[in-house]
Formats: sequence, structure tokens, C-alpha cells
Amino acid sequence: MEALESIKERIEAAVPGAVLEIVENPGPAAEHSLAVGHEQAVRVAEFLRDDDELKLDHCSNVTGVDWLDSVEKLREKVKKVVDGEEKEVVEVKEIHTPGYLESVYHLFSMKLGHGPVVLRLRTGNRTDDVSMPSLTPVWRGAELQEREIFDLYGIQFKGHPDLRRILMWDEFEDHPMRRDYVEPDDYEYEPTPHDEVLKKAQARYGEGGAQ
Amino acid sequence: MDEGLRSELSKQGVFTTTIEDIYNWGRRNSVWPLQFGLACCAIEMIATTMARYDLARFGAEVFRPSPRQADLMIVAGTVTKKMAPQVVRLYNQMPEPKYVIAMGACAISGGPFKQGYNVLKGIDRFMPVDVHIPGCPPRPEALIHAFMTLQKKIDAQKLTGPDRARHLNADEPSEFPVPSFGAKDLDPPQNNALWQPPKLERAE
Repeated sequence: MEALESIKERIEAAVPGAVLEIVENPGPAAEHSLAVGHEQAVRVAEFLRDDDELKLDHCSNVTGVDWLDSVEKLREKVKKVVDGEEKEVVEVKEIHTPGYLESVYHLFSMKLGHGPVVLRLRTGNRTDDVSMPSLTPVWRGAELQEREIFDLYGIQFKGHPDLRRILMWDEFEDHPMRRDYVEPDDYEYEPTPHDEVLKKAQARYGEGGAQ
Repeated sequence: MDEGLRSELSKQGVFTTTIEDIYNWGRRNSVWPLQFGLACCAIEMIATTMARYDLARFGAEVFRPSPRQADLMIVAGTVTKKMAPQVVRLYNQMPEPKYVIAMGACAISGGPFKQGYNVLKGIDRFMPVDVHIPGCPPRPEALIHAFMTLQKKIDAQKLTGPDRARHLNADEPSEFPVPSFGAKDLDPPQNNALWQPPKLERAE
């Protein structure tokens, strides 16, 4: 199949104003993906579906990812003048990345028998700016999976024909697949808890844990 | 009736019995289960009813599609919190006398989903369970064993007296509150009259 770089170039030529970025996958599979901006996302999707060389007519999987706020620490050796002498000092730089929610689309072509092309759409943050355009009008098969992402991650898909909860009940308020979700503490602990469960058991039963 | 006299009479070809014995004999040999399954345990339940294991030998081959005609609820599979109110409602719709077998790890305790957010940690939090079967899923032999255990239990039920069977005691409830869906969990998360969290005793 066509390389992702050339797909990106062709999209940029065909859809003016499309914001695209190649997200590298460092693993051995090297399955790089395309992060797509919200504005032209539906038109990019239509291009991928209808283009004669791609014909990505099958959206096999849509899933959500929750990225928490992260701090990456970089150690750098910097030459500095300390007490009149030039010395090498290790400085720690912190790179703060605000968290966001992401939905990932895996696209295949049934006609041409190739794939996958991976699309990523990202929200502005994890709290109030959690909407993104729905790709259900382009691939009908994404409907239930986008509903599932809405249910479990809380992403609002704009343009989705029927955005309701699908697994949890309608009265439920949380989004259970988010990393900071706290499940109800309604089970009995195992007699020999350890690690995280031990802390929970101690909080509930006192120092001895659930023993 | 005196056991010796009964034995003596039976040698002479005279059978004696009690109403209680006949009543329970009839009941225990025609326990009709409610036809519903929740997850993979239901496949084992179906296998139990088929020719190889043949639940019909115990008079329980007639799976009723309506709770109004059923005597036994086999909770076969994972009870999710979303499904729990419907399961309790089905139980409430069954006429007395009614019995419950909780089949498999999920139905008795939540099983592998015990620490999850969406599975009820045992159906005994909302309805009285007569027989629990562990297993994931239990083999058909285990379900048959549960059946035989239930038959023994029915056989031992009294018709009169303070320890009479539940369906003959008007003070005992035959329906239990159906939980509603709350913002975080089922509301209430358990029926406290039926189920209390176990008190854990520390090993010395």
C-alpha cells in the first residue's frame, strides 16, 4: 500500500486546509498513524474512502485512548560558568503535556484488499473541550463504536446520528475507561491482598488488610 | 407415625405415608426451571438438558418461557449491574414456591469480574439463593448435583410448624425490592435484609 507520507501529501493537495500530522509508532510493527485536525476531518475521511488508489471502505475498529497530563523529564548536560570556572552541569528540563482524549480509527479496503490506515482525532483537553467530529456519516460501521467511546471515555461526537450510552445505563454519570475513574468499592477483598489492593484493603479494614 | 409400625405394615402390603411426603415428592420431581441464560454458563445449562446429561431424569426438562409458570430460576452466567433489576423482577414475577440456583463463579460472587465496575458481585445480594455452584463454568454434573441438592432441600421442607417452608408462611416475603439505576452504582447496591458484607476475622 501507499506510504503514509504520500497519502498525507495527497490529502493535503485534495483537501485544502486539512491539518495532518504523522504520529510515529516506535514499536517493531511501525504502524504509524495520521492525526487529523477537527475542521476538515470529515472531508479527509471522505477522501480516504473515495480515492481510487485507497478505497478505504471498511472502518474495522474505533477505539478510545485517555492520555493523562504528563510530565517528561529530560536531562541535559549544559556548560555553565560556576564560581569563575566553566563546568558541565546536568540540568533537568520538564516538558508538560496536557492530557487529552483520543479516538483511533482503523481503516481497511475491502475492494483493494489493503490496510490498515490509522486515523487519530484528539480533543482539546479531558474536561470541557471533549468534542470532535463524528465519522459515522462516512463509515456507518463506526456508529456503535463511537457510542461505546462516548459511553466509556466521554468524547462528544458531533454529527453522530444517535449518541447515547450503549453499555452503561443512561443514569450513569462517569466514564469508566478513563484513567482516573474510581470504581465503586463493593467487593470483598481477597485474603492476601498486595500492592494497590493492599492499600485499598487497609483503607477499608485497617492496618491488617483483609486478613 | 411410628417407623416400626410403618415397616411392619409395608411387609403386609399396606403402604402408609403422610401428606407432607406426597406433597414434597410431587414438588421435587417436577421442578420447572425458567428458561433464561445470561452468559456462557447458559451453554452448560443447555447441555445439561440435552440427551447426554438429560435433566429430564429429574423431572426438570420443561423449561418455561414465562416466569409465571416456573418454579426454579437458574441464574446461569454473569449478572451485570444493568441486567440485575430485570433478573430481580423476573424472580418477583415467579409464583411461590420458588427456588434459585446461582450457577457459576459470576452468579455467586462476580467471578473474574469481581473487581470491575459493571458486574454484580453475586446475585445473592438481591434475592435468596438456595444452591450455589462454583465453577467457571460448572460442568453439567455440577448442575445436576445442584439439582439433587435442591431436591433434598425440597424434600425436607415442612408443611406446618414454625419452621415450615417459606411459601406457606405468610409473614415471609416472596418479592424483593428491584434496585434502580443510580449515578454511580445500583441504588441500593445490595439488599441489606438479605445480604451483609462478611465480617473478616483476622488470623492470629
